[in-house]
Amino acid sequence: MKRSFAAVILFAASLTLSVSMAAAETIKVGAILAVTGPASFLGAPEARTLEMLAEELNAKGGVNGNKIELVIKDSGGNPEKAISFAKQLIEEEKVFAIIGPSTSGETLKIKQICEDGKTILLSCAAAEQIVEPVAKYVFKTPQKDSHVVHAIFENMKAAKISKVAVLVSNTGFGQAGKGQLEKQAPEYGIQILATEVYDSKATDLSAIVAKLAANKEIQAVINWSVEPAQAIVLKNIRQAGWNVPIYQSHGFGNIKYVQAAGAAAEGVIFPAGRLLIADKLSDKHPQKAVLTSYTKNYETKFKEEVSTFGGHGYDAFKILCRAIEQAGTNREKVRDAIENLKGFVGTAGVFNFSPTDHNGLGFDSVTMLTVKAGDFVEYKK
Amino acid sequence: MTLELFSQYLLAGITYGIIYAIVGIGFNIIYNTTGIINFAQGEFVMLGGMTAISLSQWLPLPLAIGVAVLIVMLIGALVEILFIRWLDRPSVLRMIIITIGISILIREAALHIWGEGVRSLPYFVGNEITTVQILGARVSPQVLWVIGVCAVMVLGLSLFFRYTLQGKKMQACAANRMAATLCGISTRNMVTLSFMLSAGIGALAGCVMSPITYTQYDIGTGLAIKGFTVAILGGLGSSMAAVAAGLLLGLIESFSVSVVPLAFQDAISISLLLAILFFRPHGLFGNKDAADLKEF
Amino acid sequence: MKRHLPLSLLVLAVICVQQLTRATGTAFYLTPLTMAAYYSLVIVGLCLLMGYAGQISLGHAGFFAIGGYLSAMLTTKNLIPFKENSLIALGDRLGLLIHGQDMFGEPFLLVQPWAACGCAILVTIVVAYGIGIPVLKLKGHYLAMATLGFGIIVYRLALASPLFGEADGISGVPGFPLLPGLAVSGDFSSRVSNYYLAWGMVAFAMWLLVNLIHSRVGRALRAIHGAEGAANAMGIDTARYKLNTFVLSAVLAAVAGIFLTHYNGGIGPSEAGIMKSVRYVAIVAIGGMANLWGALVMGALLNIMSLRGMFGSYDDAVFGAILIVIMLFAPQGLLGISLPAALKRILRRGA
Repeated sequence: MKRSFAAVILFAASLTLSVSMAAAETIKVGAILAVTGPASFLGAPEARTLEMLAEELNAKGGVNGNKIELVIKDSGGNPEKAISFAKQLIEEEKVFAIIGPSTSGETLKIKQICEDGKTILLSCAAAEQIVEPVAKYVFKTPQKDSHVVHAIFENMKAAKISKVAVLVSNTGFGQAGKGQLEKQAPEYGIQILATEVYDSKATDLSAIVAKLAANKEIQAVINWSVEPAQAIVLKNIRQAGWNVPIYQSHGFGNIKYVQAAGAAAEGVIFPAGRLLIADKLSDKHPQKAVLTSYTKNYETKFKEEVSTFGGHGYDAFKILCRAIEQAGTNREKVRDAIENLKGFVGTAGVFNFSPTDHNGLGFDSVTMLTVKAGDFVEYKK
Repeated sequence: MTLELFSQYLLAGITYGIIYAIVGIGFNIIYNTTGIINFAQGEFVMLGGMTAISLSQWLPLPLAIGVAVLIVMLIGALVEILFIRWLDRPSVLRMIIITIGISILIREAALHIWGEGVRSLPYFVGNEITTVQILGARVSPQVLWVIGVCAVMVLGLSLFFRYTLQGKKMQACAANRMAATLCGISTRNMVTLSFMLSAGIGALAGCVMSPITYTQYDIGTGLAIKGFTVAILGGLGSSMAAVAAGLLLGLIESFSVSVVPLAFQDAISISLLLAILFFRPHGLFGNKDAADLKEF
Repeated sequence: MKRHLPLSLLVLAVICVQQLTRATGTAFYLTPLTMAAYYSLVIVGLCLLMGYAGQISLGHAGFFAIGGYLSAMLTTKNLIPFKENSLIALGDRLGLLIHGQDMFGEPFLLVQPWAACGCAILVTIVVAYGIGIPVLKLKGHYLAMATLGFGIIVYRLALASPLFGEADGISGVPGFPLLPGLAVSGDFSSRVSNYYLAWGMVAFAMWLLVNLIHSRVGRALRAIHGAEGAANAMGIDTARYKLNTFVLSAVLAAVAGIFLTHYNGGIGPSEAGIMKSVRYVAIVAIGGMANLWGALVMGALLNIMSLRGMFGSYDDAVFGAILIVIMLFAPQGLLGISLPAALKRILRRGA
């Protein structure tokens, strides 16, 4: 008697629960990020940003009344974990979309899985191959490496620099940069005299700097990395008394690296999204509002400076939400909505997606910045 | 190769080498007393740097470093008491596995305490771009500090082992544990002391190299590997040999950059480790017979 | 008969689990189960080496990576630019290569998965013998360091070579067709067949190893583990036994690497890293050093939990903690603990 009574209660409870849940559908969004491990300076800010945004959104009642349930999986930068999590999120959790992964290596491994599973993937990784060839469900939010390289080479051409040395870190980010630099250099009449790959965990790089400095023909150095070791390169170059102009990539986009390199960071030139100079933008700039609010919220909540990497997570989340706002909770419609999104203001730039362009950012998404008195400022000739 | 380039390679090699040496010295202390190779040595280095950086917010730099070293020494003692003391005549395999486990735990704890960001102590003298000129090449004064601290360590340790009672007790334990116990030496306490000493030396190393290499929660593993490569290269047990081996390895890595792509630099040091293990496991300066007598 | 009981139980359990997932509509569990099966191959091989032959190996992920990377590279690297090379032409005539056209209409020339698999295993054997001979002469810390060094070199080579995709690894590895209708690949449709294939291989490997342990070879190994000097004195060629066990465990790891790479459709340098090797050692330790079934069960369990993200950001910390706890309290493995004995030991130490 008691048992059947309990069973009835349980049944009733679950019935009410399922009914109440049906009323306001929560949208499950998965995220595969490298929160710990060697890519943690990418994944950790991204994860924090996503959590902050989801909380903010749910406090306002969600998207069209639907709350967002965020499921973050820490892949530690390991592709096999990314694969396992992708399958798990798609099949078991039946997520609406996946944000991430943080690194190109992981993204390329799950690109096909997401295509086959008809799940929207908004990657926070930079490799060109993620969106070339275009896969129906796969998008990416960071700026194109090719645009960043274009900005660097344009600047060099104006400064009449034609012979350079390239230093990249041994990560996917560095490798992709090397590829683009080597590909585009001939178009700008620039000759790469030396290319060296350094360990992302290097403790000192004076030897390779000495070798490069001995080559008097080198007019500038391009240091392409997203790890702290790039600051070591800066220090070693200036310590060697080598006064060449140093160009960095958008992987320099974190004030911590400037602090780490200290005096050696002065005068470094690099293209990046405008997030880093948000407070210096004119009020009329289309990105100003988004950038300053993100900066303020992130820095207040997490007590650390904002970085462009977290911004990629911000863009992915906001793009997804905008698409859901426009198209409801049907996956195919949301996918179409993302593909046709135009003029979307994000942290990396203004996005204009199209069926052939699943990145949506153009040349103007990056601007040349430099370091003056330990702060990021816009580069003026 | 011009003289200037040669001197620059030389100084770079010394920079790398002295960093490896200073980590390698820590291995030798614990090894000498207990026969254990402590895979967690790299984490002591990391902890020293991290703790000093946190303390430097409230204390002046020298005091911050001093207190950090003391704290890490206590941690070293704690590690030994909690994890090593228990063991009853452990096998080599067990010891290796335990110290690997300890190193992982310390690293993950550091990740959750300090986050994934990279930090560093300020340069002791000057800033990131000041240099001193030696032989036509430039080097940061911080490197001279590392060399100086290393020299003081080696000197201090040899004086300690030769002239103080505690030092002699530790040497007795290293030579023959059973006999030492019979002489009334508390071998248990000597082991704890060796861990404390090793941790303190590691911490000091971490502080002084921090401006050069930066400190991050996961620098421990890489440094530990280089550290024991150097300890084995020199011959386990001798601090002077570790320094010499460290400088040798550093110079090899530095000059290798002129002939081999930088990407393979780490493979070179590991190949060297394997070569030494295959052909001369007692190290360049070690004594074969003495090595064979050792328990492990 | 008793010897075959665990094996029959394994086969029964494998079938039951699959039927259960079908009944409850939770077929997605098969993915981590399949991946865990391949990792378990590495682990039981390592168990044989560490538990029975008594040789520690801190670099076994290196063999997994050699198998995986070679098969990945050979099945994805377009050999058209090298068409003229005599070796390639010979391979073509022997039917070892595949001709095809990619989506842009460009012709490509790839190595057949079977040929790639065979090549990868061959290279593994050569490397294992080459490394094994000098390494197994070492003892204790030196042996551990040497195997660690080997693992690091494989990792560094994978990370530094453009041929192996550098930091991003190799993606787009095609499925491995074994029989008509049965291919090792990650397609949703072939999930069940891949699950049985993976666990079938594990069952086969277990049958092989259990028979090995109960044979003369197994007794010789145990003698070597117990007291190498005495074993030598008895006329056992310890060096040869140790070497062959090393190579066998290396081949098991490589086969696991090959199959998992085809299943995942790719491989990255993290598979060769130190943390992976440490993880394998941790699992062998918790399963009980000389307990093949313990290692298998623990391997499957822990890998599944890790692959499903149950440990969250503490993944590495969990394995570190396991290492310490097991080594302190249960050096014979989790299944070898006797609680009263452990308590007695703790209480005695305290005094």
